[in-house]
Amino acid sequence: MVASRAIGSLRRFTASQTLGCRGYICRNFTRSSALLTRTHINYGVRGDVAVIRINSPNSKVNTLSQELHSEFMEVMNEVWSSSQIRSAVLISTKPGCFIAGADLNMLNSCTTSQEVTQISQEAQKMFEKLEKSTKPVVAAINGSCLGGGLELAISCQYRIATKDKKTVLGSPEVLLGILPGAGATQRLPKMVGRPAAFDMMLTGRGIRADRAKKMGLVDQLVEPLGPGVKPPEERTIEYLEEVAITFAKGLADKKITPKRDKGLVEKLTSYALSIPFVRQQIYKKVEEKVRKQTKGLYPAPLKIIDVVKTGIEQGSTAGYLSESQTFGELAMTKESKALMGLYRGQTQCKKNKFGAPQKEVKQLAVVGAGLMGAGIAQVSVDKGLQTILKDTTLPALGRGQQQVFKGLNDKVKKKTLTSFERDAMFSNLIGQLDYRGFEKADMVIEAVFEDLNLKHRVLKEAEAVIPDHCVFASNTSALPIGEIATVSKRPEKVIGMHYFSPVDKMQLLEIITTEKTSKDTTASAVDVGLRQGKVIIVVKDGPGFYTTRCLTPMMSEVIRILQEGVGPKNLDSLTTSFGFPVGAATLVDEGGVDVAKHVAENLGKMFGERFAGGSLEVLMQMISKGFLGRKSGKGFYIYQEGVKNKNLNSDMDSILASLKMPSQPDVSSDEDIQYRLVTRFVNEAILCLQEGVLATPAEGDIGAVFGLGFPPCLGGPFHFVDLYGAQKIVDRLRKYETAYEKQFTPCQLLVDHANNPNKKFYQ
Amino acid sequence: MISLLTYTLKNLPNTSKWALRFCMRPLSSSSQLQAAAASQTKSKKTLAKPNIRNIVVVDGVRTPFLLSGTSYKDLMPHDLARAALSGLLHRTSVPKDVVDYIIFGTVIQEVKTSNVAREAALGAGFSDKTPAHTVTMACISSNQAMTTAVGLIASGQCDVVVAGGVELMSDIPIRHSRKMRKMMLDLNKAKTLAQRLSIISKFRLNFLSPELPAVSEFSTSETMGHSADRLAAAFAISREEQDEYALRSHSLAKKAQDEGLLSDVVPFKVPGRDTVTQDNGIRPSSLDQMAKLKPAFIKPYGTVTAANSSFLTDGASAVLIMAEEKALAMGYKPKAYLRDFMYVSQDPKDQLLLGPTYATPKVLEKAGLTMNDIDVFEFHEAFSGQILANLKAMDSDWFAQNYMGRKAKVGLPPLEKFNNWGGSLSLGHPFGATGCRLVMAAANRLRKEGGQYGLVAACAAGGQGHAMIVEAYPK
Repeated sequence: MVASRAIGSLRRFTASQTLGCRGYICRNFTRSSALLTRTHINYGVRGDVAVIRINSPNSKVNTLSQELHSEFMEVMNEVWSSSQIRSAVLISTKPGCFIAGADLNMLNSCTTSQEVTQISQEAQKMFEKLEKSTKPVVAAINGSCLGGGLELAISCQYRIATKDKKTVLGSPEVLLGILPGAGATQRLPKMVGRPAAFDMMLTGRGIRADRAKKMGLVDQLVEPLGPGVKPPEERTIEYLEEVAITFAKGLADKKITPKRDKGLVEKLTSYALSIPFVRQQIYKKVEEKVRKQTKGLYPAPLKIIDVVKTGIEQGSTAGYLSESQTFGELAMTKESKALMGLYRGQTQCKKNKFGAPQKEVKQLAVVGAGLMGAGIAQVSVDKGLQTILKDTTLPALGRGQQQVFKGLNDKVKKKTLTSFERDAMFSNLIGQLDYRGFEKADMVIEAVFEDLNLKHRVLKEAEAVIPDHCVFASNTSALPIGEIATVSKRPEKVIGMHYFSPVDKMQLLEIITTEKTSKDTTASAVDVGLRQGKVIIVVKDGPGFYTTRCLTPMMSEVIRILQEGVGPKNLDSLTTSFGFPVGAATLVDEGGVDVAKHVAENLGKMFGERFAGGSLEVLMQMISKGFLGRKSGKGFYIYQEGVKNKNLNSDMDSILASLKMPSQPDVSSDEDIQYRLVTRFVNEAILCLQEGVLATPAEGDIGAVFGLGFPPCLGGPFHFVDLYGAQKIVDRLRKYETAYEKQFTPCQLLVDHANNPNKKFYQ
Repeated sequence: MISLLTYTLKNLPNTSKWALRFCMRPLSSSSQLQAAAASQTKSKKTLAKPNIRNIVVVDGVRTPFLLSGTSYKDLMPHDLARAALSGLLHRTSVPKDVVDYIIFGTVIQEVKTSNVAREAALGAGFSDKTPAHTVTMACISSNQAMTTAVGLIASGQCDVVVAGGVELMSDIPIRHSRKMRKMMLDLNKAKTLAQRLSIISKFRLNFLSPELPAVSEFSTSETMGHSADRLAAAFAISREEQDEYALRSHSLAKKAQDEGLLSDVVPFKVPGRDTVTQDNGIRPSSLDQMAKLKPAFIKPYGTVTAANSSFLTDGASAVLIMAEEKALAMGYKPKAYLRDFMYVSQDPKDQLLLGPTYATPKVLEKAGLTMNDIDVFEFHEAFSGQILANLKAMDSDWFAQNYMGRKAKVGLPPLEKFNNWGGSLSLGHPFGATGCRLVMAAANRLRKEGGQYGLVAACAAGGQGHAMIVEAYPK
């Protein structure tokens, strides 16, 4: 309340001030009006067209904050009241960004749903006024136009967007556990049709300009310009403004109509949707699909459907009301707080806190052209990084090169790349069988088999050729980097870069530093990872680092649960219904049974009893029978090319039967099984923070969610503890501790949090 | 920066208007300029280099350039090329067996005559002992033909070379689709009836959809007109400026035609039709009428229209290039020396048509000349917007520093010396043949106007460019 009152007075204050100098603005319209007190908006008049330029100070992006909101309102009031002005253009002068969305800090500072609802209602009012404006307003969009930015744009009478790769329109609110709260649930279905609107709002996917034009989301496209007598980005924005001004004039003169011709398909769809029965069926279909995908763990998508439905069935007044109220409710949910926390963490993990490296990596070399090596090469060459891919045999190398080519070619098929761009990217890749050219490499990433001797050999071979400044990175999921570095002549240049498979799809990169790794080496690795488009966590060296170490006790529990007689299918459904994207048994198959055994054995030795649980024997027997998981066609399931529904591998029954463990009834309910898995994971994660393997809780959450599929709706282990209460988790652990002893003993840091409810990982 | 921009903004239309008025004036005033130019030349040095043969253009001709689909529409490219070669033989009376080599440039190749130089030479009655080859480099193909000739002569391989270019846009090779071609080739190989039937059974109706020669850049999939529109926008060139420049080109071409200055044109008796004697694309219109046209590429708000772009053209050209001593020994009075030349290339997306901007300072530097030394400019006009963008780029220190790695701009060519007898916008632009026309226009203008140095420059698809210094042969 206090905040909104303060803003109200601020608005009055600025309004009266500009009232006094209105004459001044008019006289100087051709010059920049930056002299005014406004900080986010610069406003001028060209002929009879008002040009409203947004550029929030000290930020890479424009966000719809309270200040921007009130400055915009004030400017619009001037536009509406001036007899000289007949139309307006709304544009951002910030390169690569129109408006990236609402100001999340504004939402986070709210403590009640009423406050959030009020913010939504204010925005709704403003945008409704804008929508009903008798003076046409043209939104000129260059760069990201997301969330509130899109809601603003679709309230305007006309939209012109640059056909730039950076120009993306979308409603990503659902990814933050909320809904578009400034009218999009009501306007979007009318503008692009219900199916497309649902798709945008329920998936949050960004839409490129050319697609937006086809959908009717924007009315005109402007091609980005090359160099002229000033920088291309600057001139492109200027040109966009010039074009928008001509359209604004045209609209005011009624030479152009904002309505667009609808295609036959669109006409038919809208006819079909005018029948209530068809509409109901469609809502039902969409809801079913959403239920299936979210498993009831994410409230926002269903609410979005509800709100859209309310608007269509009961009129827009009811629709707007429902939108703002639901927006308020959703913003207060744990899911939303968890997702927003993840979003912040992701933003943090996309920055290089180690600063710029002394020497930027220009030439990369990847040793090992297997799945991982080729994947690493792919995400490097498509960012313009010169990459050598080395293997020892021609067939192995050829397979790797083909993987890179296929990865790029799939993008051509999806039309996100042209065949020419693919060729140019692919030319950044040099495949070879020897160390030629390594003398010019700035970084070597080895991705050979997980065998210490082999890694030692590669390190020695590479160090014989590479220059002094060259970083040697090892891609391994469990071998301690310190041990790999023992044979190095220059251990300060040795670092771990743990990629996740498939490399081109998984966003996470775990970077592992030893005590000897220099800061510049770390900066260099983070820099390369960021250029490869990764979200990065930097952890200290140790057995299993962070991610593998958290996963291992959980996997041990998976095996025990299977041994206790829970079937793989049942276990899979228990884990997915808890929010894991992949079931626990399937995860073992996907990762490879041999890998799981290798890791369990190694880490089991290091950590002893805490990592115990299921018997290693299960995995060993599986390996002896050739059940290595998906790669060998058989694991817990049977995998066949082209067969979608996988069947259980019946040969597993005898293995599990022979190694059966007695189940303990008081800790074997469905919920207990879920919590046995999750609490072991969470406890280990917190121990990693306690021991300093992790530097921040945020990195722990990002690593767990982006690397291991920890349920995003829980926000990662640390958000989970914060939001659900440390005490509850400790209680669970104590309960399981009585059954399974040390494996469930809560770590000290967790106990500390349970003892002091004010202690939070995120303040 | 802003002041620089406004300066050029103000300056450009003014000068072009001025030039327009200037060319409307009676002849007497233009002869004043000639006198001035002639007196200037006396102080200039020649560009002859020690130990390198002087290479001369004895003379050059071209067929009239016609809009595609008019009188040449039933011909094949080698017919047009033949006409140019016969015209050259007639004009120069060079004995056929003296010619050591023949080189032609072309862009859209007729598949039957892919080495069009050889087919045309044979048909034009040249000795079957004279080898011939064809080169392609988009709109600077015949420039490439001429500079290849220069290379052959300079290195002592040849003494007499005919270089030329041809383009017939009335007919283009439209192919079967790849699927259809594959099926036809497979059918060829099939041995048994069963095999044939199985191949035929795979036929689908969409196999019949034809494949047109690409009008867009292969690397960027952007058509040239589209790129030109973006280029004009990048340099903030208005529709009015472009229309004005196009009108200038047409008016100057008309005047040159009427005064008989286009002496490189040779009449061509087209089989089954009347003799064609002059270019048919020169159509001075009015700014009002041009303003009515809708944009051709970026719709609905672009600035490049049919009226301010060069049109699809049929035509051929040829020049006779010799070592100076050979020409003199044969009793010729050459028209010009071919001096330093330069090829450049840059980003094919955003700088597709900026070749002249890149090539001009380099070739001037190489020849030890400055913009002020040039008496005659002949630039290829692909689009009004392209010419004006190049002019602005050449006049921009910012562009020179940020994109060309130069300390300062090369400067603006004075419009009163620029394409005074029209250009590709008005005379037409048969892709493969324009280069020779530019060189002959420069040579003929130098003789007529009395200057010493001419600068020829052109842009080409693929983001390439060319410039060459033409020096008048002393009278």
